[in-house]
Amino acid sequence: MKLTKETLLEKDGYRLHILPSKKYKTITIVAKFKAPLKREGITERALLPHVLQKATNNHPNVRSLQSAFENLYGTALSSDGSKKGENHVISFRMEVVNETYLNDQEPILEKAFQLFHEVLFDPKVEGDGFDESIVNREKQTLEQRITSIKDDKMSYANLRLMDQMCENEPYSLHVHGYQEDLKGITKEKLYNYYREMITKDMLDVYVIGDMDQEAMEKMADQYFSRKGSSNKDDDQASVSKKVEKVNEIVEREEVNQGKLHFGYRTYTKFGDDDYYALQIFNGIFGGFPSSKLFMNVREKHSLAYYAASRFESHKGLLLVFSGIDPKDFDQAKSIIMEQMDAMKKGDFTEEQVEETKEQVVNQLQETMDNANGLIEVLYHQMLSGAEMPADELIENVRKVSKQAVVQMANKIELDTIYFLTSKEGGE
Amino acid sequence: MEALVYKQLNETVYQETMDNGLKVFLLSKPEMAKTFGIFTTNYGSIDQTFTPIGKDESVTVPEGIAHFLEHKLFEKEDRDVFQDFTRLGASANAFTSFTKTAYLFTATSQIEKNVQTLLNFVQDPYFSEESVEKEKGIIAQEIRMYDDQPDWRSFFGTIQSLYHKHPVKVDIAGTVESIQDITKDDLYTCYETFYHPSNMVLFVAGNIEPEAMMDLIRENQSQKEFPDAPEINRSYPEEPESVAKKEHSITMPVTTAKAMVGVKEKVKDLSGEELLRSELLSGMILDYYFSKSGAFYEELYKDDLIDDSFQFETELDRHFGFTILGGDSRKPDQMAARVKEMLHELKEQRISDEDFTRMKRKKIGQFMRALNSLEFIANQFTHYHTLGVDLFEVLPVIESLTADDAERYLQNWLDEEAISVFQVKPQTDA
Repeated sequence: MKLTKETLLEKDGYRLHILPSKKYKTITIVAKFKAPLKREGITERALLPHVLQKATNNHPNVRSLQSAFENLYGTALSSDGSKKGENHVISFRMEVVNETYLNDQEPILEKAFQLFHEVLFDPKVEGDGFDESIVNREKQTLEQRITSIKDDKMSYANLRLMDQMCENEPYSLHVHGYQEDLKGITKEKLYNYYREMITKDMLDVYVIGDMDQEAMEKMADQYFSRKGSSNKDDDQASVSKKVEKVNEIVEREEVNQGKLHFGYRTYTKFGDDDYYALQIFNGIFGGFPSSKLFMNVREKHSLAYYAASRFESHKGLLLVFSGIDPKDFDQAKSIIMEQMDAMKKGDFTEEQVEETKEQVVNQLQETMDNANGLIEVLYHQMLSGAEMPADELIENVRKVSKQAVVQMANKIELDTIYFLTSKEGGE
Repeated sequence: MEALVYKQLNETVYQETMDNGLKVFLLSKPEMAKTFGIFTTNYGSIDQTFTPIGKDESVTVPEGIAHFLEHKLFEKEDRDVFQDFTRLGASANAFTSFTKTAYLFTATSQIEKNVQTLLNFVQDPYFSEESVEKEKGIIAQEIRMYDDQPDWRSFFGTIQSLYHKHPVKVDIAGTVESIQDITKDDLYTCYETFYHPSNMVLFVAGNIEPEAMMDLIRENQSQKEFPDAPEINRSYPEEPESVAKKEHSITMPVTTAKAMVGVKEKVKDLSGEELLRSELLSGMILDYYFSKSGAFYEELYKDDLIDDSFQFETELDRHFGFTILGGDSRKPDQMAARVKEMLHELKEQRISDEDFTRMKRKKIGQFMRALNSLEFIANQFTHYHTLGVDLFEVLPVIESLTADDAERYLQNWLDEEAISVFQVKPQTDA
């Protein structure tokens, strides 16, 4: 396996990460804007990427802007907002075909950089604000997006679990924003927030693909420099609440299948020494089809199609989710609790630990084969100050002992059990 | 072993047909850590009526059986195959579509053993009454999960409106009721008919050495015995060109209504380049009018008839084909009516040469981006192979298309009888 080597450069108002790689037929460029997660401004942050992608001064409407991207061989630009612990990150991702594979004389990559720059730094402005019709239309769309979360029951159950488990912690804030904020967001207010974000958020730019490093650096400097910005990391440390008593919440909706979710606190974050043990713990408990949850809830008792766990690396949470028949609540709940008890008692073999390590290593290597996957791994590392080459990361996973996994299991505390069930179903 | 070299894309595919009829394709990508293997049978949810191998009379099996069989192949008398892959540091999965069932793994080590495990578990079924019964509970929950997903319900609802009889209208997993009738004997009947190596394709892509890999596969296959395979006799009911229901709706507890416009494509039994050209043209035309750069999209979006959940897709196969456009809408009736009008207006439209060139560039770019994914290459290569299309020859075909081709395509495309509207309406309870 060849590991992609990262060059990190402190630039004028941003940090540049260059990753030469022959794995892809495209060049991927990702710009990440990070700020502390706060109730104030969260809806603006959800709205902004959508407004920015609609028009620039040079391409004053959606059709013109989209046509420009299409002409660059369907260069794709997308954005997403996510929580990294108690911080909020807006990512803009662009993927452009490597010119080597095209019979074209045009400088496609340079033009794509230029367009990316326009979207971020030169949006369509009217007076003191954005284009009013665009802002109004995007507000409507966002409102629809906020209300329709309820139509995806798995996401909705997870959202309700977080609302209640992490109440009063910034982490419970909704990345899609809040309906009640929309009315007050004018084109001017949104523009002011944008000025704030575009100059003050911490900006990291990743460029990955088969390319000439110097040419890439030059282009990045031309299109991403932020003169006068200190690019300061205004990191908001994560809150770890002690569990006083386990909460059990049942909510009812018109559903065929009940969603049973568990929220635990791990008190372990990316960059901690025992983070690797948490990865192995999760693999044995519910991360893979060989895990205790899958084998017991699904295979042994046929209660669910899916029953799995995952952990949140920056906040220190472990989440279990499964879809069950409403009448099976008690049985599924006790089976899930039994699996956690078994983990705490060390009721698993050395062989399982070894197999799970290989699964985790496999997963990690696969993630790093993917351009966006690799960027996420590196960004996580940078945020937690735990930067290390991939082979060291793998080494650390392989060092985890069974005892360390048992210790991890005993560190984890159940916080909340959440059940979304049918109107008439049992509990 | 034969090498197919694609110079412009800098790719080489190695192919060989085994003595038992199995087709094998290998693609080496040594710069990747990962290897992806996929073993596909040309058998999916629409293959419900057929003559079992060694029999004279045709049978019709319960709905959802291809998918049920996919689940059950992972369970053996003494173990669960997922564990075998786990032990080899791999992750495994499977899926069933209208026309295919595929078993796959990804791994970054012990590739030879993983390929053997894949071949061996698919070629060694073990079904028992007890395990068939147990699976019914699991699949029932899978079906229930989809029942709560408005996007899935609207997709399938539209297909059900388009088709009178063709089994493409049947949900791939079947229904909670239909799967109750499945027996272990049914599973063996389907298995023996459709899992013969001559009806299957293996594709391995990634960090492999083609020569050694092909030797290993040849060796593995030569140790197994299969009966001679007669041509599989499948039958599908006569399907009229008109749609089953022009309008239909269901209610669900959704916050926003959904409206979908379905177009039933004429079945022309196309294959090879003809089919590919139709697929490409239909995609490019819809893209031109209904993607974010399109005039129709702009109008629908500005009038608040659609939001960014609006999507369109075309699925073309030999025996069926459909296009579905739609998504969330606050004014579903108006949206559906306007989209229908737009589809009719297409016949009078002509895409300029300049715009058509732009759409070609977009298509080329999308294709190149997709080639970053081993999964895409292996899946799509296999899919196209069964339709007589070579994935790596797609690029020259895109390059050869013209605005005149698009115009001709549009003129023959659509008539009123071939359109259905399907809606998901919010429940109005207190």
